[in-house]
Amino acid sequence: MAAIVSITDLRKTYAGGFEALKGVSLDIEEGEILALLGPNGAGKTTLISAVCGITTPTSGRITVGGHDVTTEFRAARSLIGLVPQEISLEPFEKVMWTVRFSRGLFGKRRDDAHVEKVLRQLSLWDKRDTQVKALSGGMKRRVLIAKALSHEPRVLFLDEPTAGVDVELRKDMWQMVHGLKQEGVTIILTTHYIEEAEAMADRVGVISRGELLLVERKAELMHRLARKELKIELPTPLRELPASLSRYQLQRSDDGRTLVYTYEANAETSGIGVLLRDLHEAGIAVADVRTHQSSLEDIFVDLVKEDVT
Amino acid sequence: MNLPAIKAIYVFEMARFFRTILQSIISPVISTSLYFVVFGSAIGSRIDTVDGVSYGAFIVPGLVMLTVLMQSVSNASFGIYFPKFIGTIYELLSAPLSFIEIVIGYVGAAATKSLVIGTIILVTATFFVDLHVEHPVWMIAFLLLTCLSFALLGFILGIWAKSFEQLQLVPMLVITPLVFLGGSFYSIKMLPPAWQTVTLFNPVVYLISGFRWAFFGVADVSLMGSALAILGFFALCLAIVWWIFKTGWRIRS
Repeated sequence: MAAIVSITDLRKTYAGGFEALKGVSLDIEEGEILALLGPNGAGKTTLISAVCGITTPTSGRITVGGHDVTTEFRAARSLIGLVPQEISLEPFEKVMWTVRFSRGLFGKRRDDAHVEKVLRQLSLWDKRDTQVKALSGGMKRRVLIAKALSHEPRVLFLDEPTAGVDVELRKDMWQMVHGLKQEGVTIILTTHYIEEAEAMADRVGVISRGELLLVERKAELMHRLARKELKIELPTPLRELPASLSRYQLQRSDDGRTLVYTYEANAETSGIGVLLRDLHEAGIAVADVRTHQSSLEDIFVDLVKEDVT
Repeated sequence: MNLPAIKAIYVFEMARFFRTILQSIISPVISTSLYFVVFGSAIGSRIDTVDGVSYGAFIVPGLVMLTVLMQSVSNASFGIYFPKFIGTIYELLSAPLSFIEIVIGYVGAAATKSLVIGTIILVTATFFVDLHVEHPVWMIAFLLLTCLSFALLGFILGIWAKSFEQLQLVPMLVITPLVFLGGSFYSIKMLPPAWQTVTLFNPVVYLISGFRWAFFGVADVSLMGSALAILGFFALCLAIVWWIFKTGWRIRS
């Protein structure tokens, strides 16, 4: 599929000398949901700001729908909807008005039918004549999304869409994102909630300290990096591991009642069979076994840790 | 040119004006009436005429200018400072807009507001004094250019300001004194010769003089001087605004 957003060697150094982006290259395919994961200050928002025209890149090239964001900024920005991280809204405006205003800013003729559709989608229709300042935090975030969707964007950026949002709204948001994907909208979201990336994304990119560490299909990433753990509970504490078991690199818990065996989830043979046989031969009785598959979160923590060290 | 965007910004800003319509209109009407009572009646009754114009009528152009200058600056500076302050400027920056649309929208709305207020003051003045305008086309031209130039100046201040305090500072410390010392309530010919020379460095003198000439046909400085001053100031403000958007100064990081 063609890339709808193409970023080449993007660098951003702020006036104070802080290097927020250190040469990021990334192609985002039309119609996909890409989650950008990274700790606070990793450069996620700077990356989005550069694509959307809020920050001027120090160097590098960005195109949206084939249009360069600097030289053909009108064509490029018309395709983009942005939901910022901070809740920034005119407090005295009514919901309907502020959404209409956004549509106008993006050069679209007034279309109350579309605005109504967006407001209904976000359960804001009943609040259309309410002043923004009278809304709850979650509702305000919905208004931000309505503003971004008001001009029918092809690409939607959601910067930390569910930060500080209650469970119900989070579920609604996920549903809405999937709905937009059905309509063919490309969605880029940043988050540091791993479960969000796991629930929504087709691909996952990991950013740390201004560098894109990897971008991969979520399933492949989990497949490639996932490890499994086998926990073996012992009926009697084990003081010392017998030498015959050393090749399994077992971890013994402090109380000696648990052994942990780690193996690649997709290795050809797990080695569990021989391990259990060797345990038996070494005279170690087994009370219970449990397996645990590492989540995206574990993978992510490992990646960022490696990057720091 | 993104016309729907200009319309959106203009309508949005005008809506703010109409939301506070009482404050927007009543306050200039009351302050103008007070000026007429104090300067026109109380003090003016002891002054015959200035350049053959009754004192009450003489101060009308100055009063209109005084209000129009202050309103243009404060409306335009607030209009663009507020989105910066609450963060909604992100939307202007990410929309398919160039500085031309943003300036036309914000400055156009601010200039419209001060034009409306200026007109209201003129109408109020007719209740107190006999007014006739000798050169109506020039009067409208001066009024329009003043509204636009000072709305541009206000826009620049709004971009420059980093706090509400700074936003108030320039109008209070610079514009108010320039207007009061710019011959709003007197002819600069009434000043000692040395002060007359100093006054010629005050740009507001040229505005008020030209505007007053359009009413009564009398002026402190030449009409050409006034016309060039206002056009020059307008061009200067435009150039600064152009530079601001080209460099992204205090807007884009």
